[in-house]
This record gives sequence, C-alpha cells and structure tokens, in this order.
Amino acid sequence: MSTQIVPSANIDNTAANALKPDFNIGKVSRFRRFIKAYGASPTKFKIGLGIIIFFVLVSIIGPFVRPYNPNANLNNPIPNAAPSSNHLLGTDYQGEDVLSELLVGTGPTILLGLIVGTISTLVSIIIGLLAGYYGGPADQLISLFTNIILIIPALPLLIVILGLLQGQGGILLMALVLSALSWAWGAKAIRAQTLSLRNQDFVSAARETGESNFRIMVVEILPRMVSLVASSFIFTVLYAITASVGLMYLGLGLGGAASTSLGGILFNANNNDATLGGEIWEYMPPALIVAVFGMGLVLMNYGLDEIGNPRLKDANRLGKIGKKAMRPSDPTPVLTLSATNGKRSFWSDIRSKDPLTLVKFPSDSKG
Amino acid sequence: MKYILQRLGFYIAAAFVALVINFAIPHLMPGNPVEAALVKLTQGGGTVTPQTICAIAKQTSTYIPHCGVQKVSIMSQFWHYVVNLAHGNLGYSTSKNLTVDAVIVQVMPWTLLLVGFSTLIAFVLGTVIGIIAAWRRGSMLDSSLPVLSFFQGIPYFILALLLQYFFTVKWQFLPIGQGESSNVVQGWNWPFIASALEHSILPAVTLVLASMAGWSVGMRNVMITTVSEEYVLAAQAKGLSNWRIVTTYAARNAILPNIAGLANALGLVVSGVIIMEVVFSYPGAGNMMFNAVSQDDYSLVSGLFLCISAAVLLANFIADGIYVILDPRIRKRAAY
Repeated sequence: MSTQIVPSANIDNTAANALKPDFNIGKVSRFRRFIKAYGASPTKFKIGLGIIIFFVLVSIIGPFVRPYNPNANLNNPIPNAAPSSNHLLGTDYQGEDVLSELLVGTGPTILLGLIVGTISTLVSIIIGLLAGYYGGPADQLISLFTNIILIIPALPLLIVILGLLQGQGGILLMALVLSALSWAWGAKAIRAQTLSLRNQDFVSAARETGESNFRIMVVEILPRMVSLVASSFIFTVLYAITASVGLMYLGLGLGGAASTSLGGILFNANNNDATLGGEIWEYMPPALIVAVFGMGLVLMNYGLDEIGNPRLKDANRLGKIGKKAMRPSDPTPVLTLSATNGKRSFWSDIRSKDPLTLVKFPSDSKG
Repeated sequence: MKYILQRLGFYIAAAFVALVINFAIPHLMPGNPVEAALVKLTQGGGTVTPQTICAIAKQTSTYIPHCGVQKVSIMSQFWHYVVNLAHGNLGYSTSKNLTVDAVIVQVMPWTLLLVGFSTLIAFVLGTVIGIIAAWRRGSMLDSSLPVLSFFQGIPYFILALLLQYFFTVKWQFLPIGQGESSNVVQGWNWPFIASALEHSILPAVTLVLASMAGWSVGMRNVMITTVSEEYVLAAQAKGLSNWRIVTTYAARNAILPNIAGLANALGLVVSGVIIMEVVFSYPGAGNMMFNAVSQDDYSLVSGLFLCISAAVLLANFIADGIYVILDPRIRKRAAY
C-alpha cells in the first residue's frame, strides 16, 4: 500500500492539475471517474438520463400510489368516461381507471426493455469480443451469421413466431424472443471495435507481459468500449420497448393480461375503437409515455455520441468569429472584409463566389 | 465486381436462412398444423370429415395415417417446400379464400410504394437538413436538431396514432383509414389515384417524420467530422466555391455512412410500417399480416414474411450497389 505515490482522491479540478498531463487517470476509482464523467457529460445526456430515471421511479412507486386497482371490478363502472376529478385520466372501455393502469403498466414495459437490453448486450459483448479478438474462420462464420440476423426483418419474424404461439405470452417469453433477435447490431459494432483495438500497442504489451487472452479481452479491451457498449444497450432497450409495445398493440404476446403493460392498454383502446371515437385519454397517455421514454433514450445516445466523438463536442462549444461559427480546434481564421459583410445564411454561403472569405492556416491548429 | 458478387452470395445465404427459419418455426411449435387447422374449422362451425383432414394433411404435408401422405423425412419435406416455392406456390390462404400469392400480389404494391417513396423523401430531406446543420454549426437549425430525438425515439405506430387523432378526428383534414375511398374503382384512373394519394398522405408523413430524424442527425455528425478534414481545408484554400466544397468534397464523403446505414434502417422502417399500417387500416402487407395472424391463417403469415424479407434483401442489394458506385475503396475490400 505504501507504493501508492499519488493518492487517488487528490485528483481534483484545480487549474494547475488540469493543465498537467494526467498520468494518474487510471488510478482514480471507477466510481469517482463515473461521477466526474457524469458531471462533464453533455447536457443532452443529462436530460435523457433524467427522463429515464423519472419513468423508472414512476414505475417503481406507481403500483403503491395508484388510486384504483386496475384489475378489480369497480362497483359502478362508467365505461369511456372523460377525465374528471374522480378519474384523472378518465376510464377505459370497462370503466377501469386509466391512470391506475398506467402506473401499474409502465413498470413491466420498462422492465422488459431492461431485460432484453441486458441479455442481448451480454450476448453481443461475448460474441463480438470473441469473434473480433480471435479472428479466423470462426470469426468469418460468426460475422456472416450476425449479418444475416441483422438483415432479416425482425418484426415480421416476431409476428410469425408470436402468432404461432397464440395465447401464450407474457413478459418473459417476449423478452427471450426479442433478445434472440436483437443482439446482432451490438455484436457487429463490438466486433469491429475489438478488431481495431486488438492490433494496438497496449494489447501487444499486455500479451508480452503474459496476460491471459481472457484478461486482455475483459480488462484491456472491454473498458475501452464502454461508450459503444452503453450506446448498444440503450439502442436495444429502445428497440425492445418499441417492438414489444407494437406487438402487444397488435394483441401478440400479451399472455391474457392486457391491461398490465403499456402495449396492452393501447391494444384495449384500439380494440374498442377509442381512436376513432375520440377517447384520447385511453390511448394518448400510454402513447406519450412510450414516446417520451424513447426520446430520453435517444437523447442519452446523442450524448454518448458526443463523448465518443470529440469533434461533435467541439461543435457545441463554438464561438463566433466574424459571424462564422468556430470551434476551439479550428485553425485560426484570417478574415477578409467580405466575411463580415451583411447577413450570412447557408444559401448565401453556398452561392458566394468568393470562397476566400475565410482563409485558414492548418498549421495553427496543431499543438 | 467481385465485391458485388460477394454481396450477392451473402444475400443468397440470407435468403436461404430466411427460408429455413420460415420452414422450421412451425415444426418447432407444439402441436401439428392439422390439429391447429381442425380446431379452427370446428370453432368456425365447420364439419370435419376424414376428407377434410386428409386435404389439410396433404396441403401441409403432415403425416396422418390412412391419408396417402407418406411419412417423409424432414429434409425431403424441406425440399418439397422449396420446390413449391420455386413454382410460386405459397399455399392457400384460409382467411381470404385465395392462393397466398394472389393475396401478396394485391397487398405488396401498396406497401412497396409507400415505403419506397417515403424512405426516399425522408433520406433526401434528412440528409439535406443534416448537411445544412453541420455547415452552419450553431445556427438555429443546428441547435434545434435535438428536438428531432422525439421523432427518433417514438415508435412509428404511436406517431401514427397522434397524427391520426389531430388530422382525421380533431380537424378532419384528411380521410380516415383505408387506402382509397369506397366510391372509386381500382386501376389506372385518376379518381382512384387521387384518392389513393390522399389516403396515403398521413402514412407517408408519419414515415418521413419518424425516419428523417435519424438521417439528419447521422448526416450532421459525420459531416461535422468531415468538414474539419484537411482536404476540405485544402479545397477552401484552392478557392473553390462553397457549393462545390459542400457537394463534391464534404457531403459526398459524409453521406457514405448514411447510405451504408440504409441497410439497417430499411429493416427498422419495414418493421415500423407493419404496425403503422394497422393504425391506418392501410391495405398493405403489414395490415394483411395482422389480419392473417388474428385469423390464424398461417400460410398467409409465412408467405408475407418471406415476401417482405425478399423485398428487404433486394433493397439492401440495391443500396450496396449505390455504395459501390460512390465509394471506390469498397471495391477493394472484402465483403461483409
């Protein structure tokens, strides 16, 4: 323990430290790095995460605070009642409280997304790492298989499978079927990334020091793909929720408990012509929950894109010089007079016959 | 050319896998097709005679004693199935009382035209927006791009529900559901075409809105990277007009990942369309598939699945071809 020269806790944000090359970055505990990374993460990521956390909390607390039991028969059911103080979001065709259904039904839908995301991300990590790291004919075969799975339209196939399994359903079955069809995208991306990392010096160094292949894959390569894995996870969750809600809307894979998931609520509303009858409270709230949740996931992915591609982050921290948006990494601009003349738009830019409005010196950007 | 051939080989392999899956799934399910068909027949009030049983057994080539259907190995069943397919014989649709290929010929044009045109519009529009946003970084357009995440995250059919409510129920701008009005005759006459166009506005707008976001954001992100490449700088230094720099230097290179992404996107678009068609009761393959599933018409479901898969594979092959034309490097690289 005495060999620890720089205590990890001392890496803070003082200006002096920030300027020094940070050789100790690997020694900071993962949790602190995570917190730090979150603080520095793009606003889009934070907003997205906020949305996700909100809905996860709602789905956890929901079943305990619901005003009515969505599955029990009410004493005096009023079908298709518009929102009122008794039923904040109205009632459905059976006179059941829509708000209660939502509070109970959001959880399983999100849970399904998370289960599918976890299973299929794990599968894609394993397949992608092994195929990319070892290469060879096995890799060729796996890649071929991955690409085939990727190209066969999944939803029609899901309809075929779930249609044949008529009557049976439930979250677990749906999760398994969705996982089986959704790992390929991540596996392909992870394989490609592994392939490019495999030949880098740090992997050769690790091999020279006698690290096992397993350790190289898990400790050396995998941590360098965190943002890819995370984005693959988010993508899969979004896909799973979209697909499952859609399939349940068609009445597939419900397993007899239609009102306990967002897709089931939509199915009931559609089946009883709430859409044509204008009873929007029966289908708009679940539809909006799915839409906003999806938006949160997409925003998180936008944020991850920026973390993974510094040039995108740069693009958001730009200043304006001579009305031209400039990023910190752009070369120093030299402006001619015409550059500051009048208003500029994309089209005036495009049309301008005087391209020398902005002369850049590439050498300035280095260093 | 070698690359194209390799890709062709890949698509043939993919088509084969789709065939195998389609063949294998009913065999992996509990129960046999004859039982399923009989259950349906008795539920529908039909009478079951030994002749019906044998007819179904022959049609699905299931082994039932005393029916004259030989107990055959799974391989020869598969061969039989492939030969049937090669003759365009996809079976008989019990819900439509037509052969499956007749139903498919009816519904596929609707879906193909809708998906084809909408995807084209969305791709062009989205890409142009992405180019403008990247070129004018920090402009109003660029900073409003995250709003598109709403359209990117929303499932197609949910966007369809929202649009349908506003445009047909609330404001009643557009006709509700179906592919054409009831008072027109299908064919090459103007009333029919006008009616079909009017009815497909909403599905098309849904598709364009939902899929455009991905193209814009993808294009913007790649374009931003491309614009800071040295060769763009060199082009500016050479004194080329901005129009040329954008079109022939930056966008031309930045568009490649978008075109490569067409392959993945098409699968998602088709998946989205299937459920969206149900919302609009659009007379395409998706809606038909839904009807077939709810009426346990398995041969129609699997026929539609095969047909949709074939369309997606073909579209991907075309996208590959475009990619090869645009990116000379790919011709030297290995396939897949």
